Amino acid sequence: MTIIKHELRQNRTAFAVWTASIAFLLVVCIVLFPEMKGETDAVGDLFASMGSFTAAFGMDRLNIGTLTGFYAIECGNILGLGGALYASLLGISALAKEEKDRTAEFLLTHPVSRKRVVTEKLAAVLLQIIATNLLILIPALLTIGLIGEEIPLKELLLMHGAYFLLQLELACVCFGVSAFLCRGGAGIGMGLSAAAYFLNLVANISESARFLHWLTPFAYCEGADIIANGTLDGSRIAVGMTFAIIGVIAAYRQYAGKDIR
Amino acid sequence: MSEDAIKINNLTKYYGRTRGIEQIDLTVPQGDFFGFIGPNGAGKSTTIRTLLGLIRPTGGEAQIFGMNMINDRERILSRVGYLPSETSFYPGMRVRDVLKLSAELRGLSFQRSRQSPPHYECEQNLTDALSPRKHDCTETARLLCQRLRLDPTRKVDELSLGNKKKVGIVCALQHDPDLLILDEPTSGLDPLMQREFFGILRERSAKGTTIFLSSHILSEIQHNCAHAAMIRDGRIIASGSVEELSRTGARRVSIRGQIDYGALSGVKNLRTSPEGAEFLYHGDMQALLAVMANGAIRDVSITEPDLEEIFLHYYTN
Repeated sequence: MTIIKHELRQNRTAFAVWTASIAFLLVVCIVLFPEMKGETDAVGDLFASMGSFTAAFGMDRLNIGTLTGFYAIECGNILGLGGALYASLLGISALAKEEKDRTAEFLLTHPVSRKRVVTEKLAAVLLQIIATNLLILIPALLTIGLIGEEIPLKELLLMHGAYFLLQLELACVCFGVSAFLCRGGAGIGMGLSAAAYFLNLVANISESARFLHWLTPFAYCEGADIIANGTLDGSRIAVGMTFAIIGVIAAYRQYAGKDIR
Repeated sequence: MSEDAIKINNLTKYYGRTRGIEQIDLTVPQGDFFGFIGPNGAGKSTTIRTLLGLIRPTGGEAQIFGMNMINDRERILSRVGYLPSETSFYPGMRVRDVLKLSAELRGLSFQRSRQSPPHYECEQNLTDALSPRKHDCTETARLLCQRLRLDPTRKVDELSLGNKKKVGIVCALQHDPDLLILDEPTSGLDPLMQREFFGILRERSAKGTTIFLSSHILSEIQHNCAHAAMIRDGRIIASGSVEELSRTGARRVSIRGQIDYGALSGVKNLRTSPEGAEFLYHGDMQALLAVMANGAIRDVSITEPDLEEIFLHYYTN
């Protein structure tokens, strides 16, 4: 528990800033909905005339005039990109920062096994992701209530659940990469998130690139699919969680025998 | 008979194709104050980092208190205090937070006082606070901070190099370890603090703590250590008691006057001046006396060289 507490304390500023930023943007976006709803026809026409982008963002299958459609497109991008970047940064820095900041020597010359270090750091990453998602969901639900809309709880929970799993997958994959690094990997983490996001856009646009949906966690976060099916895509999530598990196993294996610089 | 504190057999470490250390053999008995001497890049830190399990050896093995460094790492580290040559701590923490973290990582408790800095003029004897092994190291840490004039309320980011070193010293000592591994411990400490630090080490040594001191400051080794080993290009080139290492056939010769240096073999580090000359001599003593008898000598002194000269002797060969 000592390492978990220490990690949470060390990351508290970044946690507060990221969580507050995502929650704030989400709230602002929800507050804009009544205004957007009043201009449904104009906005709908605009979104429908964006060519490939309409399909890329799933706007061809969603009605922007409904709260769920609006939430899936507008809020989904904030949740998706913001959450993905934060989770990737958390994962990629967890182990690598010790060598980058030259604190690995301090930590690993205490009687703590490397397995324990990996376990507690991973637990700290997961705790922060869970806390961020809860702290984002609550103001989102409250704001929907405040603007006088009925809360589509099932759809919202499914979408937030999917984004939570996306963050989990990216954090675990980046955590695995982190064990191989001896310098900071912020660029790698952000690059992985951005690559996953754009792979999904490409897969949405081109029929021949549909297979990319199996590689990117953004695929199982498609609001259009979630709302239409009323459920999450179990098979894509299973593939995503397999990547996450591979990341975690790689972290344990690599860190156990790693030479600390 | 108790096991050795450190026993290294044929320890080798390569970083890819680059040599770290090669076939190191070293034994440090329990309770010894052992010096580890070598210039930068000789392999001192690689040896220490291998001993501590930070890096894996390419070959050979290291045992501490009879336990294998790879298999019993945690058990070994619970009995070891380590001071790295460059101390780095987590940003944003206060000294007392670092000490608390270090204690808690060892499963020990630490009461984090929010009081103002300790009264430095109040010198207390650390030995009262040491053994028997305690589960709470607050008092030992407080006394160490007092003696080293370290303010536990300061933020580590704001500390000077020397004060950061003091935090490292307290972390290494506060849990009363059986073995202290110190890598260039005095860099950044002022002479007064160095004296205090070695005072603390001598107290610990007197109570049975084994001390492994890596340094390139030879006077530190000569004044404090009972035994020492010299490392060069990743290999141990000499080891034994400091007295033995200093007692070589070589002599420091200082002459006022003129002699025929060309007639002597075994002269090293010759420094001449209009007044005379100084050199390290490891040739035949009769030959030296004969050459001096034929010269014009006003004064002569022949002494044992200090460890620094021995070191240079080994390293210039």
